[in-house]
Amino acid sequence: MSPARILIAKPGLDGHDVGARVVCLALRDAGFEVIYTGLRRTPAEIAACALEEGVDCVGLSILSGAHLVLCEELKRELAKLDLPDLPWIVGGNIPAEDREPLEAAGAAAVMPTATPLEEIVRVCRTVLESPRGGKQ
Amino acid sequence: MTSTGRSGKGEPLPEVILESGIPVEVVYGPEDPADPVSARIGAPGEFPFTRGIHPAMYRKRPWTMRQYSGFGTATDTNARFRYLINEGNTGLNVAFDLPTQCGLDSDDERARGEVGRVGMAVDTLLDMQTAFEGIDLDAITVSLTINGAAVPIMAMYFALARKRGYELSQLRGTAQNDILKEFIGRGTWIFPVEPSVKLVGDTILFCAEHCPRYSPVSVCGYHIRESGANPVQEMAYAFLIARAYADHVIGRGLEIDGFASRLSFNFDIFGKLFEQVAKFRGGRRLWARIIRDQYGAQDPRSAWLRMIAGGGGGGLTIEQPVNNIVRGAYYALISALSGTQTMALCSYDEAYTIPSEEAARISLRTMQILVEEMGLCDTVDPLGGSWLVESLTDEMERRIEACMEETAAEGGIVQQIADGVIQAKVARQAYQRERDIASGRLRKVGVNCHRVEEEHRRVELHPYDRKAAEAQCEGLNKTRATRNSGEVNAALDRLRKDAEAGANVMPAAIDAVTALATVGEVTRALRDVYGEYVERVRF
Repeated sequence: MSPARILIAKPGLDGHDVGARVVCLALRDAGFEVIYTGLRRTPAEIAACALEEGVDCVGLSILSGAHLVLCEELKRELAKLDLPDLPWIVGGNIPAEDREPLEAAGAAAVMPTATPLEEIVRVCRTVLESPRGGKQ
Repeated sequence: MTSTGRSGKGEPLPEVILESGIPVEVVYGPEDPADPVSARIGAPGEFPFTRGIHPAMYRKRPWTMRQYSGFGTATDTNARFRYLINEGNTGLNVAFDLPTQCGLDSDDERARGEVGRVGMAVDTLLDMQTAFEGIDLDAITVSLTINGAAVPIMAMYFALARKRGYELSQLRGTAQNDILKEFIGRGTWIFPVEPSVKLVGDTILFCAEHCPRYSPVSVCGYHIRESGANPVQEMAYAFLIARAYADHVIGRGLEIDGFASRLSFNFDIFGKLFEQVAKFRGGRRLWARIIRDQYGAQDPRSAWLRMIAGGGGGGLTIEQPVNNIVRGAYYALISALSGTQTMALCSYDEAYTIPSEEAARISLRTMQILVEEMGLCDTVDPLGGSWLVESLTDEMERRIEACMEETAAEGGIVQQIADGVIQAKVARQAYQRERDIASGRLRKVGVNCHRVEEEHRRVELHPYDRKAAEAQCEGLNKTRATRNSGEVNAALDRLRKDAEAGANVMPAAIDAVTALATVGEVTRALRDVYGEYVERVRF
């Protein structure tokens, strides 16, 4: 079986990508095939990239606080491209009270800052193995 | 060791007598001026400035306290500025929201959800006017944390100063305006690398001619360190970036002494205390040698490593956030022992949110306690002569220089940034750091040792103000409808033409923003000419 492909994306204007890059490296070491979008991608660009690369999962990194707006947009863009079931995960500076609205919006997992790398890898595996995941 | 009792250039300095009756000298050192340590470090205020750039340092004047702040609209930010000044802030450090930093107007589609979120929203000169209303720009120095959109924002600041009747020739203040580090960390680049450097050059040249007291660039090791660099790389990369700007403007005809004294630096303060202090002392000596010996500067002030040493965000933890108050106090101590000119501290809640008023005040009080109660201003370079600190200072200087040479040999900093090589290197180090924290090799209190179960963290979150964002867009539309659009377009055309011709864009940019051209319009005009940076992602 080929390794799971995961797209790590930086939506919006937030330019802080240490976390995203560290997560990329950790997932790669854990055996994932990782694609990183680079900074300042619109949700439409991220969805298009997910389609083109045929990824099994999308991970968003957002530190500015604009996660609710951006996740809603990504969800719409994925649906437009006929990828409504592609699982996506959001990480970053996310206050506890936003977990529920993000999950309601369709996040397969929410991983706020300070989530240990081991946990991030574990959650990504779980998401990919779930019925919605691309690797069944 | 005995006191040498020097007191600078004979200025009357306040006397300090300890509770025990002991009078405190301004500076201490060995009696014998031929002492090898003394010869290597020199006296404060004298080349190579290891001990500080001024003879009496804080005995004469404490460091500037300049907390980073700004959010919502210019009106909201003005209120926070006044609060901070009222509490004893002696400088302002302006946070702009991400659309402003990326050169987008508040009603741009890409700005949605971001207007006023991480800083103040600025679209036109009118916003800048509001932000600084009632604040005397002579009495308080303003630092603009702006990089990609430095041209329109600096242009607005100069236009504002002119409008308020200040002489540009007397205007003080700082712009961060260090675009090269934005490609490594922080990420608010707009144009490709080469024209980005050219624009920084335009601001340096403009200031050298028109605002010689203004610091047009604050070269940031800070964000490079926060992105994963070690302290040696932090200094080495910052110095190489500063050299890239210096070489650029010298290539355009400026003399080193025409601008070097206005270059300033921004460094980080988290890490081990003595290593950090040595980083600053060794870095100060190395920079002085570079500017004098490699650039042939004659003016001793050109060789000053003027800096803001502050922040420390990378050392703070989201776990047990109140511990960050203690970390902040130690970081402030590092900064004071290092002879910084300006200090700012990340607030204890900053791992989560824009600091609350209370958190911002605690940061300010932390610095004030050092000044008022702890005697940190009494004596210059109190760690000078310590065997540990002098040994580390020598070693840091040697290693920073070696790292600079190595980077130059590998293609130079500008090329390595454009190719994404530095970014990949520091990201790998950030990953290693995380793994070291996970394995317990690097100890972080509350994270991998001395943990507690935290049910809820006692941190108040700064709410996002949707109404402020709407008001900002309404204001922008009103300005667009009422300004003289003929004048705006003519100014923007001239800006485009100047950019195409390779001329300095600052005069036209100032005219454009004076006519109420927006940040987005000025940026677009420049983007038409220079194009946009395409990120090269490497691992």
